[in-house]
Amino acid sequence: MSTDHFKALFDPRAIVVAGASTHPGKFGFVALHNILSCGYAGKVFATNRERAEVLGRATFADLSEIPDGVVDLMFVCTPAASNPELLRQAAAKGIRAAFIASAGYGESGDEGRQLQTELVELANELDILVVGPNGQGLVSTPSQLCAQIVAPYPPAGSIGIASQSGNFVSSFMNLSRQSGVGVSRAISVGNAAQVGVIDMLEYYAEDPETSVGLVYLEGVTDGREFADRLEAVCRRMPVVIVKGGSSGSGAKAAASHTGSLATDDRVFDGMCRQAGAARASSVSEAFDIAAAFATLPTPSGPRLAIVTTVGGWGVLAADATATTSLELVDLPDDLRTTLDGLLPPRWSRNNPIDLAGGETKDTVPAVLDAVVGHSGIDATLVLGMGIQSNQGRLEREGPFFPDHGLERIVAFHDRQDSRYVEVALAASVAAQKPVLIASELAIADPTNAAVTAVREAKRYCFPSAERAVKALHHLYRRTQWLDSFTDEPSS
Amino acid sequence: MTTTLSESESKALLSKFGVPFLPEALVTSPAEAVAFAASSSSPMALKLCGANIAHKSERGLVHLGVSGADSIRDSCQKLLEAARPEDNATGVLIAPMANGLREFIAGISVDPVFGATVVFGLGGVLAEAIADVTVRLAPIRRHDAFDMLASLRSQSLLGDFRGEPAVNLEALANLLCALSTASSEIDGLVSIDLNPVMIINGMPVALDALVEIEQPGTAA
Repeated sequence: MSTDHFKALFDPRAIVVAGASTHPGKFGFVALHNILSCGYAGKVFATNRERAEVLGRATFADLSEIPDGVVDLMFVCTPAASNPELLRQAAAKGIRAAFIASAGYGESGDEGRQLQTELVELANELDILVVGPNGQGLVSTPSQLCAQIVAPYPPAGSIGIASQSGNFVSSFMNLSRQSGVGVSRAISVGNAAQVGVIDMLEYYAEDPETSVGLVYLEGVTDGREFADRLEAVCRRMPVVIVKGGSSGSGAKAAASHTGSLATDDRVFDGMCRQAGAARASSVSEAFDIAAAFATLPTPSGPRLAIVTTVGGWGVLAADATATTSLELVDLPDDLRTTLDGLLPPRWSRNNPIDLAGGETKDTVPAVLDAVVGHSGIDATLVLGMGIQSNQGRLEREGPFFPDHGLERIVAFHDRQDSRYVEVALAASVAAQKPVLIASELAIADPTNAAVTAVREAKRYCFPSAERAVKALHHLYRRTQWLDSFTDEPSS
Repeated sequence: MTTTLSESESKALLSKFGVPFLPEALVTSPAEAVAFAASSSSPMALKLCGANIAHKSERGLVHLGVSGADSIRDSCQKLLEAARPEDNATGVLIAPMANGLREFIAGISVDPVFGATVVFGLGGVLAEAIADVTVRLAPIRRHDAFDMLASLRSQSLLGDFRGEPAVNLEALANLLCALSTASSEIDGLVSIDLNPVMIINGMPVALDALVEIEQPGTAA
């Protein structure tokens, strides 16, 4: 399938929903509802056998009634048996892409498998890109398109999602909504009859809207070809993969879910490392890594500095680096001298850089600038942002507010936390090095001033230091992998 | 149908690709064994060699730490006499005793989905329980070989260990690359098993090798 087919899928000039329903509980209703509710600007047509009005819109009884050469994408909610005729009609109208939500195909026995084979043969013959069947749909924020039978619609961004299971698309997009780190395209490939996850990744790799691929996989059937294509994608764009079926019992469940062959998990793991993809073990870890790739420059080396306002967090963060490719460097002498001049004598004088409560209005920005900008530091993790405004919240919600000077100090706390975050992120941009901010407040209190400031800067507030370290590890692994091709020619 | 090469054939084949083995000889008489042993001051290991010999140790076909001309002559004679017709024995392999505390396994095996893979892991008696094994698709690049070593959970075994020097990672990576090359170049290769790969003075040496090959003219 050509790039034009994928453009018709993700950025269609107009859409038709085949099988729109008046019943708000049916896919044919939900799909139309979602397309009409998220800002899509193109024309939207719908078919309904009885020409019933759906969501206040007139429908067509048949695809033949819609105008020629206008619609690019058809979203199919009709029963499997009627779809071959539908595809023929679509081709006659110049439709280039179809997303098939209908079930009753390869997932449901021999007869369904036969229908699926015929569907692909027909689509190939008609030169139509068919995604699915048995998929939940697609999202494309550049076109404000939410053509799916489930929620949510995520904020715009540069993460491209492709999944063998529709529910994982929803999971990733829920995390996108929560964190504010947005999505460019998202698609569930369902039974992957004609095209699969790897085809989507190949399109994302050439898509200017997408900077990182985020994938849920249960299995691959064409192992060697998949590995080669994945490596080619990873040469152009980072890819994060979470794979179900890594344990014996998980593999059994995956085989019955997608009909894919179980493979030794160690082989899959090695394949990912070789092909340059980051492998995650959970949805949240995968999103952490994808969000890191989407919002941070990759570090050119492993030397990590941890800056923390208090000791304990730095200790755990230091522990977390132990099993990674990162190096908690001894502070360079000149940096230590610089910090001596900025901080009270009780500061840790090494890495983690524990400010020991010695921060004043201007020390935190000065320390961050000095650390992030130093040539001996490749990446910086900042801990303890938001604690001032967290106290501010307690005061604001307490019985003494706004008297006793509380109103002024609460506003000051909020301003300080916002400023610290802004300084950290500005230092990251200036030095072209990753600066990661981590706090459980990302989840515990998304309205916290520091968390809000990270979000408004379109960055990711990592929910813990350990998760930030793990994501950074994968960023550095990509640097190493890309470097390995210049050190040694590709085989 | 697949066929398994004898230990000495396997070693001869893999040596060409750079897999390191101990200096050893395939002898067919006690006199030859004694002559080989004279080249070294170490005690010798002797084992019966043949394409179809399984359970060598259980059948008493491995004699370790044999020293002195008389003992070597006697050991060789006993091994030759112990051969059964179905063993397809080609002689006795004799080599100096290897001493090392660390054992790894390395090889090539075929995954049903991804095809030929290079496998490296912890060896020795606890290997199965610890299951510290890392796999890559063949062929591998040097970067992949070093990444395999870095993927091992038992990293402490690659450093200085109980008085033995650190493993020469370069040499170990070379061994994995040699296996990878062998898997591309040996027609009909099904599997390679190096077990154990012992670390001797920091250098990896394969003490045993088995190569399995698809017989020409038969389907997989």
